[in-house]
Amino acid sequence: MTLEIVKPGLATSVQDLGRPGYFHLGIPEGGAMDRYALRAANLLVGNPEDAACLEAVFMGPEIRIGADCILAVTGGEMPIKLDGEPQATWESFAAKAGQVLSFGFLTGGARIYIAVSGGVATEPDLGSRSTYPIGALGGVEGRPVQPGDVLPIGAPNGAKPGWSVPEELRRGPGSPAELRVLPGLYWDRLTEASQAAFFDDTWTVASEADRMGYRFKGGRAMEFVDREQPFGAGSDPSNIVDGCYSYGSIQVPGGTEPIVLHRDAVSGGGYFTLGAVISADMDLIGQLQPNMPVRFVKVDMSEALLARTERRQMLAQLRQSLAA
Amino acid sequence: MTDIQSPLPGTFYHRPDPDQPPFKAKGDSVAEGDVIGLIEVMKTFIEVKAEAAGTFAGYEADDATPVTAGAVLAKLES
Repeated sequence: MTLEIVKPGLATSVQDLGRPGYFHLGIPEGGAMDRYALRAANLLVGNPEDAACLEAVFMGPEIRIGADCILAVTGGEMPIKLDGEPQATWESFAAKAGQVLSFGFLTGGARIYIAVSGGVATEPDLGSRSTYPIGALGGVEGRPVQPGDVLPIGAPNGAKPGWSVPEELRRGPGSPAELRVLPGLYWDRLTEASQAAFFDDTWTVASEADRMGYRFKGGRAMEFVDREQPFGAGSDPSNIVDGCYSYGSIQVPGGTEPIVLHRDAVSGGGYFTLGAVISADMDLIGQLQPNMPVRFVKVDMSEALLARTERRQMLAQLRQSLAA
Repeated sequence: MTDIQSPLPGTFYHRPDPDQPPFKAKGDSVAEGDVIGLIEVMKTFIEVKAEAAGTFAGYEADDATPVTAGAVLAKLES
């Protein structure tokens, strides 16, 4: 069984849940930008939750199906067509050998996850099939898919068409999207006025938004508390002595446009980070389109942990609903 | 009239470069595959191509403005 890429879309790549354990060496975790949607897509086609899917951003690919199989598409909203026939998102459907899967215009969210029963079975690197183009790891030769690529697919697993994720267990960003933020180590570098402005202003997603990070613009420029820059730090007040960056951390180069680091981000550098988007909301960033309005909402550690618990409960409900 | 729609969300540009004239002007003939504009997204510029031949009837979306996927960018008279 194979999937043949006829048209690749924009930057369609093989992704699973990523390759944790190498961030200290500068190799990011990688994996799906919307992990929940990837898990849901896999469960719909009977795969383990961490199987590899195709992640397509902003526009869909065109794919020729090599053998009869079960497919599911989750994440953003994009009309699905199988030989031109519409199919529902967040629901498994059967495809026959030779049919062509294609997509209409994106109507909501930003990324779709295309799962196939058996999973994409390209060669893993460092324990993951996730594509990390900068490091040429995973996927097809470490790059996004190209026309003519033929992806190997694992053995079928008894999945059935018509399995569906209940409406209340599908999650996308609202408008404006709200991203909860836990202030961090360098929060005190900002003046009180700038701390307040960051949460008061409505930001918009800039065009520089990809798997490495999402940039936001439109809020007020930040002012820093005066200090003599320490030895080893750059001269701009947004500089620090090089430190570690976490997944979700928010850096603001020059104090103007915040960047939230995402799955393929660098692991360290010389910008202060005012805090981090909480883990429970990182999937939502993966579904943001350029020019969408976004608000940052301040939370403390207990609220962040509660949100994480709620996400776990939602995932447990999803598993239960698809196991039934 | 045929619509030329944006394949993806981003910022639409009429010109290949700020110093250059727009890709097409009203009345220009358009061949299938001709570039009529650019969409900027994820630090890249994606060419928007005409999927049919015709006569350019004008841009519908302004230069350097945000567009959504499926937005009508320009019209063609066939």
